[in-house]
Amino acid sequence: MSDSNANDHKLRVSKIRDGTVIDHIRGGQALNVLAILGIDGSRGEEVSVGMNVPSDRLARKDIVKVEGRELSQDEVDVLSLIAPDATINIVRDYEVEAKHRVERPDVVEGVLECPNADCITATDEPVTSRFEVLEDGVRCDYCGTIVRENIADLIRE
Amino acid sequence: MRHDHLITSKQLSRADIETVLDRAAEIDADPEAVAGKYAGTLLGLLFFEPSTRTKMSFETAMKRLGGDVVDMGSIESSSVKKGETLADTVRVIEGYADALVLRHPRQGAPKMASEYVDVPLVNAGDGAGHHPTQTLLDLYTIRENAGLDDLTIGIMGDLKYGRTVHSLAYALTNFDAQQHFVSPESLQLPREVVYDLHQEGATVREHDDLDDVLSTLDVLYVTRIQRERFPDEDEYQKVAGQYQIDLETLEAASDDLTVMHPLPRVDEIAPDVDETDSASYFEQAHNGVPVRMALLDLLLGDSA
Ligand SMILES: [Zn+2]
Repeated sequence: MSDSNANDHKLRVSKIRDGTVIDHIRGGQALNVLAILGIDGSRGEEVSVGMNVPSDRLARKDIVKVEGRELSQDEVDVLSLIAPDATINIVRDYEVEAKHRVERPDVVEGVLECPNADCITATDEPVTSRFEVLEDGVRCDYCGTIVRENIADLIRE
Repeated sequence: MRHDHLITSKQLSRADIETVLDRAAEIDADPEAVAGKYAGTLLGLLFFEPSTRTKMSFETAMKRLGGDVVDMGSIESSSVKKGETLADTVRVIEGYADALVLRHPRQGAPKMASEYVDVPLVNAGDGAGHHPTQTLLDLYTIRENAGLDDLTIGIMGDLKYGRTVHSLAYALTNFDAQQHFVSPESLQLPREVVYDLHQEGATVREHDDLDDVLSTLDVLYVTRIQRERFPDEDEYQKVAGQYQIDLETLEAASDDLTVMHPLPRVDEIAPDVDETDSASYFEQAHNGVPVRMALLDLLLGDSA
């Protein structure tokens, strides 16, 4: 499916030179994607966001383009929790160098915060949060709490 | 056992469980054989929450193996009061002892602690989390009285907050056991536990009335429904009363029924039941010693 030209036209979002295009994000999740990546524009990154644009694959999709930034595997892992259908295009010199579908990892470490106030990870102990990724949610490795909805709310500040 | 630590009953396979129970049976039959086996070996007791019973049981087990214990004492008098982290405390105490037993109010504390120490660490209860040695002694008691396969068991009372129930139900998925869960609707198994049981292929049968299943049971495991789970006294009395048993209740049960309870009980089991052949809760409590001896033997021995 070569939809990149058509989408660029529809979106009227400028092409980027070097960086990452995250496409096919579920409609309405773009800002959460940026939150996961820690991108708020304060460091001067050039960021374009398209929200709720029509898509063949999803009814409505979001798209994020970040100039000058290639995503790490850790970032892609966490991204997969809230944007399981996303595709990631690494762009170098205006060309798509690599195109990846995200894959859900088995475990995410240090990125989410356990919502259980009685969990050992909710203390000052030197412990890194760790969540097992389930088919339909995530589960704290320490206390067993399962979260299925609003996973993006657990992202550490 | 291949494990260095015992953190949750979930880590135990059927073979692991049978190894511990077989060893416990050997020790039970001939305690003299291991009486001096661990002379000079020290077990560190770290109880961040009061639990006289569990602590005494571990202490008895270690001393019957010929070893001794070093006890952190109450948290009021320890460095913890001064703000030391658990990660630091266990790393200090591991230098004094050959194995550690930890009870802590926070879920996951033993798991975290185990990541910081090299000596074997045993979870003796972590808040609403796990209590695997209780599960092992429960399984031992069930095996001695009814067998673990071809078993029909009813687990009754507070299934929502009762960690012994969660661990036991999970461990029983390793065996050919039909499990019935009897509780008021507000105290049913948490969804995390139901999820786990389903993952293990178990069928979760929930009932609000013991009469629905009592006559089919080999084992009835009773737990306490606590007053503080209810908004007012009337509501509590009304609900809790339906999950108490006495001689009259047992008339509908099989003569071979085994009645268990993790103790302490309040009024869930009437004293008149104590005199029946069904009553197995004191035996269950006593089984804590051989089972913990077996576990310590397996964790401390070189036969791993
Ligand atoms: Zn947790």
